[in-house]
Amino acid sequence: MKVEAQDTPEELQKSKVDFYSASVLTGDATREDLETIKRHTSVYVYETPVRLWHWVNALAIVVLCVTGWFIGNPPPTMQIGEAVDQYVFGYIRFAHFAAAMVMTIGFFGRLFWSFVGNHHSKQMFRLPVHKADWWKEVFFELRWYLFLEKEPKKYVGHNPLAQIAMFLFMTVGMTFMIVTGFALYAEGLGADHWLWALTSPVMNLVGNSQIMHSVHHLGMWAIVIFMMIHIYAAIREDIMSRQSMVSTMISGHRTFKDDRPE
Amino acid sequence: MPRVGISAIAGWEGILSQIETFYDVMRRQGITRRSFMKYCTLTASALGLGPAFVPKIAHAMETKPRTPVIWVNGLECTCCSESFIRGAHPLAKDVVLSMISLDYQHVLMAAAGHAAEAALEESIEKYKGNYILAVEGNPPLNEDGMFCISAGKPFVEKLRHVAKDAKAVISWGACASYGCVQAAAPNPTQATPVHKVITDKPIIKVPGCPPIAEVMTSVITYMLTFDRLPELDRQGRPAMFYGQRIHDKCYRRAHFDAGQFVESWDDDNARKGYCLYKMGCKGPTTYNACSTIGFNEGVSFPIQSGHGCIGCSEDGFWDQGSFYNRVTDLTQFGVEANADKVGVAAAGVVGGGIALHTAVTALKAAQDKAQKSTATSTEEA
Repeated sequence: MKVEAQDTPEELQKSKVDFYSASVLTGDATREDLETIKRHTSVYVYETPVRLWHWVNALAIVVLCVTGWFIGNPPPTMQIGEAVDQYVFGYIRFAHFAAAMVMTIGFFGRLFWSFVGNHHSKQMFRLPVHKADWWKEVFFELRWYLFLEKEPKKYVGHNPLAQIAMFLFMTVGMTFMIVTGFALYAEGLGADHWLWALTSPVMNLVGNSQIMHSVHHLGMWAIVIFMMIHIYAAIREDIMSRQSMVSTMISGHRTFKDDRPE
Repeated sequence: MPRVGISAIAGWEGILSQIETFYDVMRRQGITRRSFMKYCTLTASALGLGPAFVPKIAHAMETKPRTPVIWVNGLECTCCSESFIRGAHPLAKDVVLSMISLDYQHVLMAAAGHAAEAALEESIEKYKGNYILAVEGNPPLNEDGMFCISAGKPFVEKLRHVAKDAKAVISWGACASYGCVQAAAPNPTQATPVHKVITDKPIIKVPGCPPIAEVMTSVITYMLTFDRLPELDRQGRPAMFYGQRIHDKCYRRAHFDAGQFVESWDDDNARKGYCLYKMGCKGPTTYNACSTIGFNEGVSFPIQSGHGCIGCSEDGFWDQGSFYNRVTDLTQFGVEANADKVGVAAAGVVGGGIALHTAVTALKAAQDKAQKSTATSTEEA
């Protein structure tokens, strides 16, 4: 789709482009973004709440993974003092629960932001699976990672493959971890707590607490694997692609290395 | 003998006026009123009730006709009966055997063969719609139920027959509640818990392998006193006994929070009585009253004798991997793999993939650069 250069900024503001059918700057570019690129070399993609969430979430996940590992596989016994004076495992569990609360509240905040935030903030929560063009872009991106494409495309937001990963591992994966995690947490709160009643259907569905622990462990590993791929892809694309990656999550601005529109 | 009040219970006149009350039976067996009141007090406290309930329990036992209980045994090991007869509060000999139907209970009844089966039919006829059916064990459904034959017929037929006219059903033990070892994968006989066979009656699950004796007697006492099922938890177990995890009331809990664990059997920490979490204790995932009531008149329970809980009162406890692993083995991924080992392996594979991908990326980049420089030098030349 062609962009009319003579559009006034007001018109641009209002106009919506069918961005997935756009051949230029495939992947999440609005008409406004396209216009911006012509005037500037960067696009403001990740707003402050999104960036703040990203880093708080990253920290919470690291804490959760480390403490979660220790809860399943406790560190060697320590003899600091009497059992009443020592609270090593208690603190590990406390850190796990505290980080879980931060992650959960952050997740709901992020979900809220996908409604009030800019266009790009919605990508993580909605996959345009009904669009054939979007799937074409997914396969293009797959070919790029399989070294079958010579040059990558420019992306303002996530590329479609990254968007799928974000959706599956973060939106779905974190929801899974929150649901199973709170079902386990409710066991400690006791049968009188509202969280117990709220999580009972999940517990009954899974069968028993021990199985719930197992699936919670497997969920953690899915997120660890996502983390590895995510960091690798971000650094690799920072080097190989035609736009900024890592700094974008710090400043919010996507900068481009060349001025070809596609 | 207080006989008044029986006729006041709707629907119980006639047939039941001939039945003795609990109190009658206890007195007949030489139990003093003092001992009887002690029993009522202990039962009230076992059920978590205040002192005001002691006279209510006493009154119920003095005036209400004995609750007829028919006890049937399916595919099981009789550990429930063994536990039950060790009930200390009250002593099973004095009270419990008089409380449940003497007409039918394989292990305890005097009759055998045709006489026993005739007694069963008579009880069903006599107390139609008023008796409680206690099931020990479960029916195997494979091969038309031929894996468990009772009185010449598949047990499942007997279960359905007796359950038809029961007021309520008690599932004794892990077998009746969840299936236990005979239902463990691959469950060749298709042993099936009672609630999946009898679906039209109120069912109360009293799991455990075996359940605690006092829990068993208290459940029956509660049903007699209040004429209703006790409050059940989300899995249909009486909440007063299965409302908390063994871990929540474990006397070794302080060592858990301190991070002091038994590292191997018979190490110094084991002698000091540290937490058995690392030895695979299932206390944190098991709902039961062992750490509060204990077995054999409160003498001990598994953790107290130095062995972790095996989670016997939980659904499918035989299929949760080794008793000695905290993180369950996942047999889908090989002989000895748990969620964490699978995770580490998967992360390793992905890490290797990333390293390989990096290498290919770098090689390709170098190759492109070389080609480009050759092209430029050719052009220049």
